[in-house]
Amino acid sequence: MSAILPPSERVWWKQPLDRVELIWIVIALVWCLIMFFMMPYWHVYGKQNLANEAFRTTPAEFLKKTEAMIAQHKVREEGAQGQKVPVVAPPAGSDVYLVARLWQWYPILELESGKSYRIHLMSMDWLHGFSLQPENINIEVHPGYDHVLTVTPTHKGTYSIICNEYCGINHHTMISKLYVK
Amino acid sequence: MAINRNFRTCPSSGLVFHEPAEKLIRWNAVVAVVFLLVGGILAIGVTLTRWQAVHMLDASAFYQVLTAHGLNMLVFWIIFFEIAVLYFASSTLLRCRLATPGMAWTGFWLMILGALMNNYSVIRGDSSVMFTSYAPMGAHPTFYLGLILFAVGALIACFVFFGTLVVAKNERTYVGSVSLVTFGAITAAIIAVFTIASGAIILIPTLLWSLGLIEHIDSLMYRTIWWGFGHSSQQINVAAHVALWYAGAAIVFGAKPMSEKVSRAAFLLYILFLQLASAHHLLADPGLTSNWKIFNTSYAMYLAVLASMVHGLTVPGSIEVAQRLKGYNNGLFEWLRKAPWGNPAFAGIFLSIIIFGFLGGISGVMMGTEQLNLIIHNTIYVPGHFHATVATGTTLAFMAVTYFLIPTLFRRKIMFEPLAKYQPYLFGIGMAGVSLFMMGAGTLGVPRRHWDISFAGNVFGYEFPGAAWLMMGLTGVSALIAFAGGALYLAITVGSVFFGQKIETPGFKHVSAREGVGAVPAAAPDTPGAHAGIGAWGMVAPGTFVLALVFLASFVLYYFVNWKYLSTVWPLK
Ligand code: HEM
Ligand SMILES: [Cu+2]
Ligand SMILES: [Cu+2]
Repeated sequence: MSAILPPSERVWWKQPLDRVELIWIVIALVWCLIMFFMMPYWHVYGKQNLANEAFRTTPAEFLKKTEAMIAQHKVREEGAQGQKVPVVAPPAGSDVYLVARLWQWYPILELESGKSYRIHLMSMDWLHGFSLQPENINIEVHPGYDHVLTVTPTHKGTYSIICNEYCGINHHTMISKLYVK
Repeated sequence: MAINRNFRTCPSSGLVFHEPAEKLIRWNAVVAVVFLLVGGILAIGVTLTRWQAVHMLDASAFYQVLTAHGLNMLVFWIIFFEIAVLYFASSTLLRCRLATPGMAWTGFWLMILGALMNNYSVIRGDSSVMFTSYAPMGAHPTFYLGLILFAVGALIACFVFFGTLVVAKNERTYVGSVSLVTFGAITAAIIAVFTIASGAIILIPTLLWSLGLIEHIDSLMYRTIWWGFGHSSQQINVAAHVALWYAGAAIVFGAKPMSEKVSRAAFLLYILFLQLASAHHLLADPGLTSNWKIFNTSYAMYLAVLASMVHGLTVPGSIEVAQRLKGYNNGLFEWLRKAPWGNPAFAGIFLSIIIFGFLGGISGVMMGTEQLNLIIHNTIYVPGHFHATVATGTTLAFMAVTYFLIPTLFRRKIMFEPLAKYQPYLFGIGMAGVSLFMMGAGTLGVPRRHWDISFAGNVFGYEFPGAAWLMMGLTGVSALIAFAGGALYLAITVGSVFFGQKIETPGFKHVSAREGVGAVPAAAPDTPGAHAGIGAWGMVAPGTFVLALVFLASFVLYYFVNWKYLSTVWPLK
């Protein structure tokens, strides 16, 4: 009977299925399994995976580490008069701190191509979205969670970090640079 | 209090309506359409602002209007209509009186109150927090309270629905099992109960927090539980619109499910495997392990994906079988060529299936993959995806059944009938463009919920590639087509319901449940071999199978193209 009436067989689970359905179910299941195995596969053979490494910490603690890094590796300042942002060039392999807060990324990073860095991302207040352009790497930034990523820039150039998690009225002004030399 | 057992039989469809249920279905549907109107007007503001050449609203108005657009569309339009569907699938399809109409009205008014209160908070201007309202960004307490009241109302409606199933069983209004469409509605309602529970777990503490009674809400905990609510509610939509796909096939073609077993098992998979799918919203978040992410996206998602792929085959497949039995048995696609393309109920359902599957389904699975999410998360690709799933798939399916409900439920002729023919195409094709171009822009990195991607006046400005700007412009142009389709829908429904020509039923009378409405006679069992002689290659629906293979090929191709793209971005671990 049609789909808006009770089925003609009382015991609907005994109804035979058509060949076309069976073939399709098998194909679809195989495809779902392939998609499933792609994820562990990429963890082993792929190069782009998010770290499992994250620590709970406080904004004050995180800011302190950031300031210490800035004091050590600051190379210059950039930005408009009155709201200069420090630019830091931390050594390869070191811990690099990037603060997200209303409505700024702090500080500006200058990295070397081909070298790896342990970048720590955390928000001081609300959620923010780390979005590196034009690479298009996008990561959620939480307050209270220090998220550690080991990043290896591959090409020299000037990149932008924009915020792509809505964070209030000036969300669209939250943008910064990232240099790769 | 005496129980109202008045029924009427619809002369054109043969459906049996219980008087109180009929009134509830009508009112829920009408209110839903009012919210669609509100959400649609807000969509104009959103779209014409994101179309940077127009850039209509200022920043604060934009975020406010975007918040209201999301809520009125995703929550209020969709859920009011779903409640109407639930009452229809229980009381009407089971020819049964609605359990406790009084409670149903209480639920209805709570939902209205909640929706108005929530909108009030957004109009105030201090609650432009988007529909996700991620803590620790806070809104006015009425924002959360409105949502909670709305959810309680919806929960009551779910229980009225379950109660009606019990009544039908006790009063033996049907023989054997419930219909497939009712089965789909049960799926939706069960998921709804789980969903609303998650919503309560997160929204109640958030309300207390906004009142200052709770000190702290953890942002990760919020996102995890919120998406248990936010994502599961999308599963309600999928279950509901798939049920309507089957209903549409049955109403327009008299199609019967290819196999009840397969279709029902696929609905069961939804219940079993969708609940934890909230994980795919957290793939780019810290503090959760990859194992957790992979487990929860795949076990919870891919079996549900399988279920959707099955429905995607069996609905058109059942239409194909019905058409072939009618004699359109030549070649692979005669059944499709001879389909009633001018019937908006059919065109709406068909476009809903295609756009949901090809645009919404493929993009959703792709970005729900742990690593691929990195190149998609929070870009405008995401709204692109769900404008294909819910804003087109679900919405268009709802629009399509309205063309059936107006004559049967409201007993009015469809107004502007010649124009109604084009309505699903305008809305469907326009929205497909909106979805596709937003996805295109997202692939180029354009963020979602963003007032100004030109970063005008910012010392650190960034210039998006020209193609991204083009995509945003094309989104705007497609939206104009979709607006035309949406406006036409509103004009037709409102026009028909209030001013349409009445359909008079000679000899119409109410009948009492016990005497008038006998149980549906059990259908004669299918004679074996009834399908003999149709189809090709030993399949009853070879045309659908070919379409399914085209779908699969696009899926595989697109999936691996994105892995290729991912492999070119900076190594990360
Ligand atoms: C003419 C039809 C529509 C058009 C042109 C349209 C357009 C848009 C646009 C451009 C955005 C903004 C994306 C952003 O900046 O992040 C948006 C957001 C949204 N739309 Fe629509 N939309 C339409 C209909 C719908 C429908 C029918 C639904 C739901 C059933 C819907 C649900 C949403 C939601 C949930 C959001 C996200 C809001 C947020 O990010 O908080 N839209 N829409
Ligand atoms: Cu931000
Ligand atoms: Cu932001």
